[in-house]
Amino acid sequence: MSEFAAVRPAPAAAAQGFLGRARRSPALIAGVVLMTLLVLVAVLAPWLATHDPNAQNLTAGLLAPSPEHLFGTDQLGRDIFSRVLHAASTDLRIAVLAAILPFLTGVLLGLVSGYFGGRLDYVIGRIVDTIIAFPFYVIVISIVFAVGAGEGGIYAAFAIVGWVGYARVVRATTASMRASGWVIAARGGGLSDRRVILRHILPNALPQAVVLLMTEIVLIMVAIVTLGYLGLGVQPPTPDWGTMIADGQPFVTTKWWISALPGFAVIYTGIALSLLGDGLADAWRVK
Amino acid sequence: MRPAPLRWLRRTLLAAVPVVIGVVLAAFFLLRLVPGDPARMILGENATDESVAQLRQELGLDKPLEAQFGDFVVSVVTRGDTGDSLFYGVSSRELILKRAPISLSIVAMAVLISIVVAALLATVAAANRDRLPDHLIRIIPTIGLGMPTFWIGLLLITVFAVHLRWLPAGGVGTGPYEPWRSYVLPALAVSIGLVPPLVRSLRAELLEVFSADFVTTYRAAHVPWPRILFGHILRNAALPTVTLLSVSLSFLIGGTLVVEKVFGINGLGMLLFNAIGNRDFPLVQGIALYCALAVVIISLVLDVIIGLLDPRTRTA
Repeated sequence: MSEFAAVRPAPAAAAQGFLGRARRSPALIAGVVLMTLLVLVAVLAPWLATHDPNAQNLTAGLLAPSPEHLFGTDQLGRDIFSRVLHAASTDLRIAVLAAILPFLTGVLLGLVSGYFGGRLDYVIGRIVDTIIAFPFYVIVISIVFAVGAGEGGIYAAFAIVGWVGYARVVRATTASMRASGWVIAARGGGLSDRRVILRHILPNALPQAVVLLMTEIVLIMVAIVTLGYLGLGVQPPTPDWGTMIADGQPFVTTKWWISALPGFAVIYTGIALSLLGDGLADAWRVK
Repeated sequence: MRPAPLRWLRRTLLAAVPVVIGVVLAAFFLLRLVPGDPARMILGENATDESVAQLRQELGLDKPLEAQFGDFVVSVVTRGDTGDSLFYGVSSRELILKRAPISLSIVAMAVLISIVVAALLATVAAANRDRLPDHLIRIIPTIGLGMPTFWIGLLLITVFAVHLRWLPAGGVGTGPYEPWRSYVLPALAVSIGLVPPLVRSLRAELLEVFSADFVTTYRAAHVPWPRILFGHILRNAALPTVTLLSVSLSFLIGGTLVVEKVFGINGLGMLLFNAIGNRDFPLVQGIALYCALAVVIISLVLDVIIGLLDPRTRTA
């Protein structure tokens, strides 16, 4: 029995290795804490907010931060603190939802492309090259414009362009494993291609893709905010950090906090997700 | 074995052909993404059926898809054009080429700023490995990733234009040097997104070169440290960074277009946002096409330059 244990560590031991490294990664701990806080704020926004985010009060517009309005009010007299909180749930929800489909298609295409190679690999590779040739914002803005501004356009744009990163990373890992002894052995042992891909290659390629997912969610979040700023993203009056920054731009010379505070919320989210990604990379020993 | 120079050059150039074809295809199919009738989307809900039919004819939407694609390719290949702008009534190419120099100037300035700042930070970080400056500089990518370029632009306006009054807050001044002064803040805003990955890569390269044998030899021979650093170490560490810069080009161009809106600069970005406001489809297609072709051509040139400088990279 002890011989077997030495050759192949029990799953529990492997999990301990991951958890052990996870517990020793300050980046992961910080990322989890910051992210938990953010998700709590997003979920509890209706209870944490001090005002109705869309309630206008035209006589109390552009107020400076005060105990009554923690972040002040915007030009329509809406409470900026309450809007920043509510925007967290809008922007976070859209960013996470928009990240799911490209993650799945990218991983799948990367696996297929790397494992089978040949003509399929060539075609997928050229599609990736084509999408990468377009500047990210140019292609995203163009697609949102064609499909229609708002949430639907955002999902469509990322479904079309968001998968290329995963496809590249997973393809590289898969292609490097295809010729390795254990894959040849698994195939020679009579396992189907599907089983080799899903049960043997995927678990090795997945950590890297998940680490990339954290970065991608940040990029999508920043893109959603940028689209909101340009008037192509989340449509008013739904609170969104990007439209809030745009609303504050005319007053940036005298009332800088209107634009600055929603921006800090975006940066906070970026830091939380980056740390989470770096921490997961430490724990999984992904480069 | 490494391919012979000429064969390598030919293969590198040929590898770009499918990408160019893909880019033209993608620009064409952009119009097909419109749910329903593009002509009606352009003219709005209240347009009469006659005007919609007329626009369909103008855009060639009444022809079969293959014929439309044929027309599009002929127009792109022979005239470098995606059709007349619906709003301005002149060829999209003309509008794009008039605005492109402004955007490219900002991109060029952003590249310059990024390289100088990244080289400085990476050198400081690498020279103080695992000490405080290194730790501080290594935090930059974590913070930089989530910073929206347009928001940084607003912040820069508040600090450098409004409070310090060093640089213009927006628009482009006239005169020989004024435009460049107007490009500084937009370029700075764009480069803040580019510096973090550059620092990360350059720092790793520098650490590797620092411990190379030839550096030890130079130091043993009492060659002055600045000469080793600038004459040898930075030169050796620079190539992978140039490669990274070439990869980041598309990010730079996209960021520049967005930032133009913040600073009210009439470059390609402003043209794009106006075209979107006017539902000017041929112009949007043209801008997307030209941006992608610019990325393909510039990175091709960079690849060739890198390959000539360092034959080890000739793998294509």
